[in-house]
Amino acid sequence: MIWLGIDTANTPISVALVKDGELLIEGTSAMAINHSLRAMPAIEELLEQAGLVPTDIDAIAVSEGPGSYTGARIGVTIAKTLAWTLGKPLVGVSTLKALAANALFFNGLVCPIVDARRGNVYAGVYQYVEGKLTEIIEDGHYSLEELVHLLEQHSSPVLFVGKDTAMHEKKLIEQLGHRAVLAPLQFNLPRASSLIYIAAQSESEADIHAFVPEYRRIAEAEANWLKEQGKDNDRG
Amino acid sequence: MTKDSYILGIETSCDETAASVVKNGTEIISNVVASQITSQKRFGGVVPEIASRHHVEQITLVIEEALANAELKPEELDAVAVTEGPGLVGALLIGVNAAKAFAFANGLPIIGVHHIAGHIYANQLMQPMEFPLLALIVSGGHTELVIMEGHGSFKLVGETRDDAAGEAYDKVARVLGLPYPGGPKIDKLAAESDGQVVFPRAWLEPGSYDFSFSGLKSSVINYKHNLAQKGEDVNPFHVAAGFQASVVEVLTTKALRAAKEFGVKQVIAAGGVAANKGLRASLEETFKTQDIPFYVPPIALCTDNAAMIAAAGSAMFIDGIRGNLAMNGKPGMPLVSWKQ
Repeated sequence: MIWLGIDTANTPISVALVKDGELLIEGTSAMAINHSLRAMPAIEELLEQAGLVPTDIDAIAVSEGPGSYTGARIGVTIAKTLAWTLGKPLVGVSTLKALAANALFFNGLVCPIVDARRGNVYAGVYQYVEGKLTEIIEDGHYSLEELVHLLEQHSSPVLFVGKDTAMHEKKLIEQLGHRAVLAPLQFNLPRASSLIYIAAQSESEADIHAFVPEYRRIAEAEANWLKEQGKDNDRG
Repeated sequence: MTKDSYILGIETSCDETAASVVKNGTEIISNVVASQITSQKRFGGVVPEIASRHHVEQITLVIEEALANAELKPEELDAVAVTEGPGLVGALLIGVNAAKAFAFANGLPIIGVHHIAGHIYANQLMQPMEFPLLALIVSGGHTELVIMEGHGSFKLVGETRDDAAGEAYDKVARVLGLPYPGGPKIDKLAAESDGQVVFPRAWLEPGSYDFSFSGLKSSVINYKHNLAQKGEDVNPFHVAAGFQASVVEVLTTKALRAAKEFGVKQVIAAGGVAANKGLRASLEETFKTQDIPFYVPPIALCTDNAAMIAAAGSAMFIDGIRGNLAMNGKPGMPLVSWKQ
């Protein structure tokens, strides 16, 4: 059973091949490179180094967002096209859950964070319960205040994961005190191996054609349009 | 006997998700277009983020349907041709990445096609191209006059300095309160009109083959304002007819002058605005009296489609042009000859 994992949902890129529960090869970079240009060559190189061809792939795992809309679309487009044309199963995994899986064994809550600008973050809260990474607070688009408020309802320590935690460090420690722990550098990048670890425990997508990123936010134009519709309805 | 070639074309540069299989660069085997118009209509124009989201929803479906309609398996194809640019970057890279993944999985070469080369090669699906040839490309994003001395050779002789013709149509339609897309509606009002407001023609400096439509658009707006100040409403029929007359006269006159100067054997029109009945009629009439063969593809091949991308891709395939997996969407891609 050979898994290909792809994560291009944010600035970092990670690709990996896992064979029968063993990591064969993984490439991860946090350099701001163009995913549209680099993702396919990275996959080609990975297979080449592993001495494999595309048809050897048995299943594909992809990071479905939230994060960069464009980034998530590139990974999802590549993954769904490969899965469909190779006739292999596809599993979409939350970008945040995969990041949380980097820090499975933390004794407390794990809060992956991706910066969403203007004081907002994409975040979720997870806990490793009886051998399974369990969602405690749903993935979503939160203001940092909202997120802190939600975390204040819990008493366990919170490990913040992700390279964007650094820019919110001061506020998190200010608000949560010693409960806030920031993950060290080696846990902060998305790892396609973590993605595959979660995907292997998950159901595959029933309809590959219909598979799209989990944006966790509607597009601005659509939000404005819905607002206008609401106004029109109010006017009756 | 030479072997037949089958090229899969993919197009996602704006708001149509399209895939097609073309045989030998001239024969459409399948042609699938998923339009986003119902969705984009809500916003009065194409919103890039919405376009990109729809492309991801549709991309594998349209490719699958194009192959199914062609009754071909991926391994029976010779190459994958995809629109590399120009266009909306987020939209382009859905097609480019799907094309790269599909080509890689099936061991096929990939060819990056210029969207305008595609529009020009839509004509190859109707009749053989004869050189030298003049192409008038008119769409929502382009207004260009291109001379071709042979396959893969493009010389830009004129282009718009501001708005594209189609853009001007959409803007004027908005001024008249017509729903998006405005082009076909203006065309219809103009055809039904019993008179016209006279608007200026932008000829630019003598001898220039360039175009300018923003001044014309401003004239329409000013005309409406002036009437409004007098408490009068515009007659949308007359405005549509006057606006269309100005656009059509300038396009036709410059195309004719270029055709004569470069001594072309064939004139072709391409792009979404080439679907405009008023423009088609004017070009047909003008070149008929001059005895220069003029062709314009059927409307479905004027608007964005993937058959035209496969047709241009076929010509590039014959000339040995190949891309690689590092291909990227190029929003501002210039039209460059692949052969001299």
